[in-house]
Parts: sequence; C-alpha cells; structure tokens
Amino acid sequence: MTAAATLPPRRRTRVPAASLRIAAVVIPGLVLSGCQMSLLNAKGPVGADEANILVVASIIMLAIIVPTMIVTLVFAWWFRASNPRAHYRPDWAFSGKIELVVWSVPFLTIVFLGGIAWIGAHRLDPAVPLESDKPPLRVQVVSLDWKWLFIYPEQQVASVNELVVPVGTPVQFILTSSSVWNSFFVPRLGSMIYTMRGMTSQLNLMGDQEATLHGLSTHFSGDGFPHMQFPARVVPDGAFTDWIQRAKGGPPLDTAAYGELAKQSVVDMPVTYGSVEPDLFRRIVDQTIPKGPGPGREGDNGAPPNVKPKGGS
Amino acid sequence: MLGKLTWSAIPFDQPIPLVAAALVGLVLLGVIAWVAIAGWLPYLWREWITSVDHKRIGVMYVLLGLVMLIRGFSDAILMRSHQALAYNAPGYLPPEHYDQIFSAHGTIMIFFGAMPFMIGLMNFVVPLQLGVRDVAFPTLNSVSFWLTATGALLVNVSLVVGEFARTGWWPSPPLSETTYSPGVGVDYYLWAIQISGIGTLMSGVNLVTTILKMRAPGMSYLRMPMFCWTALASNLLIIAAFPILTATLAMLTLDRYLGFHFFTDEAGGNSMLFMNLFWAWGHPEVYILALPAYGIFSEVISTFSGKPLFAYRSMVWATLAICLLSFTVWLHHFFTMGPGGDVNGVFGITSMIIAVPTGVKIFDWMFTMYGGRVRFTTPMLWSVAFLVTFVVGGATGVLLAIPPADFVLHNSLFLVAHFHNVIVSAVVFAAFAGYTYWFPKAFGFTLDEWWGKAAFWFSLIGYVWVFTPLYVVGLMGMTRRLQHFSVAEWYPWIVAASLGVIVMVVGVVCQVVQLVVSIRRREQLRDVTGDPWDGRSLEWATASPPPSFNFAVMPHVEGEEAYWAIKQRAREQARLREEPDYEPVEMPLNSPTGVVCAFFATLVGFAMIWYIWWLAALGLAGAFATFVVFAWRDRVEYEIPADAVARINRLNRASRLEALQQARRKEAA
Repeated sequence: MTAAATLPPRRRTRVPAASLRIAAVVIPGLVLSGCQMSLLNAKGPVGADEANILVVASIIMLAIIVPTMIVTLVFAWWFRASNPRAHYRPDWAFSGKIELVVWSVPFLTIVFLGGIAWIGAHRLDPAVPLESDKPPLRVQVVSLDWKWLFIYPEQQVASVNELVVPVGTPVQFILTSSSVWNSFFVPRLGSMIYTMRGMTSQLNLMGDQEATLHGLSTHFSGDGFPHMQFPARVVPDGAFTDWIQRAKGGPPLDTAAYGELAKQSVVDMPVTYGSVEPDLFRRIVDQTIPKGPGPGREGDNGAPPNVKPKGGS
Repeated sequence: MLGKLTWSAIPFDQPIPLVAAALVGLVLLGVIAWVAIAGWLPYLWREWITSVDHKRIGVMYVLLGLVMLIRGFSDAILMRSHQALAYNAPGYLPPEHYDQIFSAHGTIMIFFGAMPFMIGLMNFVVPLQLGVRDVAFPTLNSVSFWLTATGALLVNVSLVVGEFARTGWWPSPPLSETTYSPGVGVDYYLWAIQISGIGTLMSGVNLVTTILKMRAPGMSYLRMPMFCWTALASNLLIIAAFPILTATLAMLTLDRYLGFHFFTDEAGGNSMLFMNLFWAWGHPEVYILALPAYGIFSEVISTFSGKPLFAYRSMVWATLAICLLSFTVWLHHFFTMGPGGDVNGVFGITSMIIAVPTGVKIFDWMFTMYGGRVRFTTPMLWSVAFLVTFVVGGATGVLLAIPPADFVLHNSLFLVAHFHNVIVSAVVFAAFAGYTYWFPKAFGFTLDEWWGKAAFWFSLIGYVWVFTPLYVVGLMGMTRRLQHFSVAEWYPWIVAASLGVIVMVVGVVCQVVQLVVSIRRREQLRDVTGDPWDGRSLEWATASPPPSFNFAVMPHVEGEEAYWAIKQRAREQARLREEPDYEPVEMPLNSPTGVVCAFFATLVGFAMIWYIWWLAALGLAGAFATFVVFAWRDRVEYEIPADAVARINRLNRASRLEALQQARRKEAA
C-alpha cells in the first residue's frame, strides 16, 4: 500500500510467444465455447495478461497431471490381483533412480512456475501504474453497506453502483471502505483488491474495448452482499464527457448525503451526484466522517436486524 | 436472570430451521427412549460414555464426525438448491438465513466433521499400530472428546435458540464485530470453537506424547507405520497452530464482550491482523486434516497392493517437509490485500513448494501399486479415486498460488471448487477408506462390499459432477456466498452443480444402508482371525475387536512392517509364535470426568453466549470441581489377572492357527 505515484511505470513487454497467444485463444475457446463472460475473454491489458498466465500455467500442469492420472489407472488395473500376466514383486519397495525422478519432476515444475509467480507478482502488482500516452483517470472507490460509491475527483462528480470509464485510458483506483471489508472486482478488466476501512488500496486497470462489463464485490460483507454488483461501462471519450455532463445535473454529495448512503440499504438503480464535497474521500479514510452505522442495536437479542434487503434484482 | 435470552430467540417465523430442529429432536428423543426402554443406558454409561479406552473414544469421535458430516452435507444441499432457485429470484432462504447456512456448513465440516473423523481414526489406530495398550493420558483423551462434542452441540443449538454466525466460517472483522454483527451468532461460533479447540489441543498433546514415548519395544521411529508418522506430524501441527486460533478468537471475544479494539480498525486496532492470525492457524489446519489422510492412503494402498509402501523413508521426509512448510504459506489467503510484489511473490513461491513433497507422495503411492497384486476393495477404490482426482485439486492450488492468477480467481467459485477438490478427495475419501478399512478391527465384522462400492461410485460421480461446473462458473467471475444473482451465463452451471448434489445424496444414502446391512449380516461378515485384509502393521496382530488391553504381551518389533514379518515366519514354519508367559495387565479405570467436565463447559458456553453471568460462573466452578475430584482419586487402575489375559489370547490364537492350517491345506490342494 505504498503511494502509487512513487512507483515506476510497468513496462508492458509481451513475454509469451505467439504460440502461447494462440493457445490462450483456442483452449479457452474449446473449454468455454461461446462463453462471453469468461475471465479468459478479457477486455483490458491487465486481464489479458492474467488470462495468459492462467492458460500457460494450466497447460504446464496439465502436461504433468494428465499422464500421472493415466499411469495411476494403468498401474492399478494392470497389477490387479486377477491378472496372471502381471509380475508380482512383493518386496520391491525402493529405487534410487525412481526417487530421483519423483523428487525432480515436481521440483523443476515448481522452479518454473515459481518464476512465473515471482515475475507476475511484480509485473501485475495492482499498485503499479499502467504505461500509456494518456494521463490516467483517477477514481476514488468507497464500498458502503451495500453499494459502491465511485468519486471522480477531477471531474467533481460521483456515482453509486455504476462505473463509467473512457476506453484506452488507464484508470487509477484508490479504494477504501465505509464499514466492513469488500473486494472490488471487474472480472474482465483484471485484478481485484480489498477495500478496508481506515486504509486505502491501489488498483490500476484499463479497458481497451468498448463494453459493458459486470462488476461485483467478492468479499462477503453481510446480508446485502449480493446487491453489490454494478455495471462497469467502458465508453468512447466523447460518451464519457457526455456522461460527466449529465451527472453534473445531479444532487450534491455532501457529508449529510454521504451519511444517508452509509446506512445499510441496497440501491438497484445507479445514482449520480453533480458535485462532491472537497476532501470527502480523505475524510472517509482518516475516519473524521462516522463509519457505516451497521444494523443498529435491534439485532441485540439474536433476531435479524431491521434492514432486510429484498431478494432478486 | 437469563441475560439476553428471551422467547424471541426462537425463530417461530422461520419454518425451515424449526421443522429441521423438530425432526432432529424427535429422532434424538426416539433413540434415547429406545435405548432407555431396552435397558442399555447403564451399559452405555459404563462402557462408552465414561470409557477411557482409546478404541471406544476413537469410535465415538468417528461417530460424531459421521453425524456432523451429514449435518454439514444437509447445509450443502440447502445452499446448492437455494442458489439454483435464486437466478433473478429470491430463492427460498432469506439472506439472513442463507448467510448462516454457509457459515455453519464451513464451520461444521472443518471443526466437527473432518476433525473428529481424523482424530477418531488416529485415536483408534495409533496405539494399536505402535503396539501399546492405550494413549499416554487416557482420561484426558475422554475430556478431549467430550469437549469436542460440546462444541458440536452448541453449534447445533444455535439452529433453534438464537442464530449462528452470518459472517462466513472465518468470522472476519469488522463484519464480526458488534457494530455489524450485534446478534449472538458470532458468539455461538466463538464459544463453540474455543471449547472444542481446547479438546483438540489436548488431544494433540496426548497423541504426540503417545507416539514419542510409548512405542512397543523395538519400534524405532523408522519402523513406525506411515500412519503413525503422519499422525505425529499432524498432532505436532495441532500443538503449534491451535494456540494461535485460541488467542485470535480470544482477542475477538474481548472486542465483542469488553469493547477492546484489536480488530475494529479504530483506536489502533486493525482487521488485517485477524486475517493474518486466522490463516496462520488456517493453513496448517489444512495439513492437520490432510496429513493423517495421507497416512490412511499409505496403509490402504500398501495393504491392498500386497507390498510395502514404496520409498518409505522418502515418504517420511515428505511428511515432515509438509509439516514445516505448512507454516510458511498463510499469506496466499489474501494476496488481494495488496501487499506488493515482493511479499506476494515470496508467499506464492512458498505455497508452490509444498506441492513438491505432495507430488512425491503421489508418485510413491503410484509405485507402491507397481509390481503389486491390487485388490479392489472399497478402501482401495477410495484411494485410487483420491490419486486421480487429488492431482487436479493440487494443480488448481498451484495455479491459485500464482499471485496474478489469484487476483482474478480469489474468492470465486473456482476457489471454492479448488478447496473442495482437495479436501473432499483427500480428507473425505480418506475418512471413508479408513472407516471401511478399520471397521472390522473395531467391531469384529467387515462392512458390506456391495453397498460400499455403490456408495463409492455415487459419491465419486456426484462429487465430480458438483464441482466441475463450479470451476467453470468461477472462471466466469462468479463469486462465492451469493444469496441471489442475475447473470444469465452463470445460471446453467449453477443448475448443473445442483443436479450433482442429487447423485451425492444417493451416495450418502448408500453409505448409511451399508452400515445397516452390514450390522444385519454381521455373522456372515465376521472377522474371526483379526486380520481380514492380510494386513502388515500391528493392529492386525490382535483380535477384532481387540481386548481392552489390546495386546496380551507387548509385541517385540524387529523391522519395518512389524506384523508382516511375524506373519511370514508363521506361514513358513506353519505354526504360530511360541505362546508367551502371561502376566496380569494394569488398565486405567473408567472415569466420568470427561462427560461431567463437558456438561459444565456446555453451561459456560451457553451462558457466555447469552450473557447469563451467574450460570457461567457456576459452570466454571463445576468444571474446576470435577477436575479437583479427579485429581484426588485414590484408585487409578484395575488389574486383569493373568489367566483372563491367557484365556482371551488363546481364543484368538486358536482361530489364527485354524486359518493358517486352512491356508496350508488350500495350497497343498
């Protein structure tokens, strides 16, 4: 959780060879044919890199586990007690050569995959800004009970349960929570990250195609948790400016309005705010604004709280 | 007077838990009435409830595990069927109920299903395999079991009195703090786990002491059966890891009861600390369960392949490596906290390194079958299915250990599928392999093979059927713990997974039928010699069921596979060992300490949950008084005279001799 600005930009060198790129397209295509939702069908560079790693690592491991599964079954079946052709060796219980192989195969695999893990953990560290000609868009994210607040500090607008970002522009998210933990995730853009009260986390993503993607919280946060889903719209620059203009017409987001939002409730239709009180995000983080109040004391005797989100959406 | 407890704690407006509880209550009352009318209560009290015999306690542990596995499985049925009905719809469970179900499912399966099952098998088998007469501290063993039962009882009471936690099976703050969970649910969790955790820790101390200090003469460490090694590693982990859990939950308890701020994210507290501490216990816990499972597979595969375990010493090293490494990986449970590339990279690599010794084990089991004469009995089927399915879970585990892959799969149904893939195929398959394998040792007759195989096939197919769709839907970005959802693409996969549950239900029914059928056919299934599987370790050297003292004389161990050597010599010489000189045997007296302690512990737990302070004080005083009474006892042991020992042992020798001669005649013919 270091400041994003101090880190060097990530170099976007494409390591995997062309054949792996083809595999990345063909294999998920076979596995999940026509599946538009898949993580493997990413709409941004971070997600695409992560999908690549997923596919490459899966292929390496399949190359080991599939033969293992087959040989296990072959051994078990061939050496069945009723097979007179199988040679019984009741005392054969060690072979140095086999042991050497048995220890080296998993070891070498892990050396290789460990390399992927180490390089990937650095290259795809969510806090590292993406390299781009365009200046990044900054978005402040607050998870509330049980909705998402997105503040656009430079545009001075905010929205609830709708994320709109321009295509091809890196987005720097800085995230926190008003109450309990959540995890911010737009599967087809890539990495998720926790939101925690009194702390900020950094996340850098980019959408490189126009699309309306599904976003959600992936860390359970209470009864309204399934309502913490939102559309993440990746739109052309013009459409983004238009959306900002339309949002400007909305009501202001001040301390009082935020206090209402922080109460436990669900919001099924996105809401926009035309202006944002300066420093609102900073005050949420340093806790000079009260935390989300939770269900109140009604639940004290073990009965469910008075705020019940309705099912369905 | 009754703290927070009022009539409103009973959910009269919710038919599902009420009906379920009424049903369970009726069955329970029926069983008790049946036992009472048949006049078995004194027998139960004398021979089981107050027993300090490690075999009886082991059996009771396994029984508790079986019952709780069924309870946890019914939660799973509710979750899967609810979600299948919750696409653009509210389903049939309101969120506050659904959230309790998945929390209870995880809690029960780990703490009260898998743990008692594994601890029960270790309790039953380890002293027999070591060639000794009991564990190091027999009465403490009984206390451990009954405290575990207390925890299970409290979790089940929460079904009807109050509520269970709605936070998931690890109650992560700040959601589990009073601000966001003001009800008693989290308190039920805390006290149930704390009380049973004390039992688990004492059980770990007991088994480690037994293995380190009480082996039969000649049983050096490197002559111990593999199961004893894995039991040692697992119990060392219990001793090292459970205090972390106890301390962590104690801190959360202080937060909730006395307004402390360990994890509240204010006044200097930090919720990330809970996450670290919980998983510093949580990941070793995975191996606390998996290591004994590996031991069971080692015994089963070796016995039914008719060969010693391949590369025994290598397996021992692999076991100890896993034991150590399991403490170095906890951070992979929260790569998405954003700790940065270095930290994530290091823990990604340590997590993968565990796959090396595990991989070695897989290959060594494979080569144990090579050159063998494999008999496909039910335990062997579970073991082969484990080998084939576990590698998939292992591979997806390595995948999730790569931080960037975890960034898109964390908390998804892919992750859920992964850990069920490893825990079901390692722990649950091992539990049933061990259950079928050692059942004749415990009760003197084998389990019905036909129903056992039916249970195996339905369970295996159901399990693959349920979790394959969950892998896929996880790759589509679906997260866990959703009470309802509105993404059309997820829907067919969720329905598919739910259909698989039906197949698993058939498997569970077959498992129950197997037990009933086997009890009815017990005369045909009788194990007269005590060695029904042509076994290789010392538990098969005594009668089935073994006498209370296990062995008439302490066996003398001269190599690996102690019993196999004895049996080979008997076969070559066509006669049994020389009859030993019998001596009187001292055995510990039964004691109600365990069950009485647990009774008071239940009072303490229930009273603390409901803020009934006087009752809690009373319970604590009662538990302490029980301990004092036990500590001041005059008689500790009773003596079994030499001629009684001789009589019991001669019966078994006669049937073994008969079997030996029969085998000779068959060979001659």
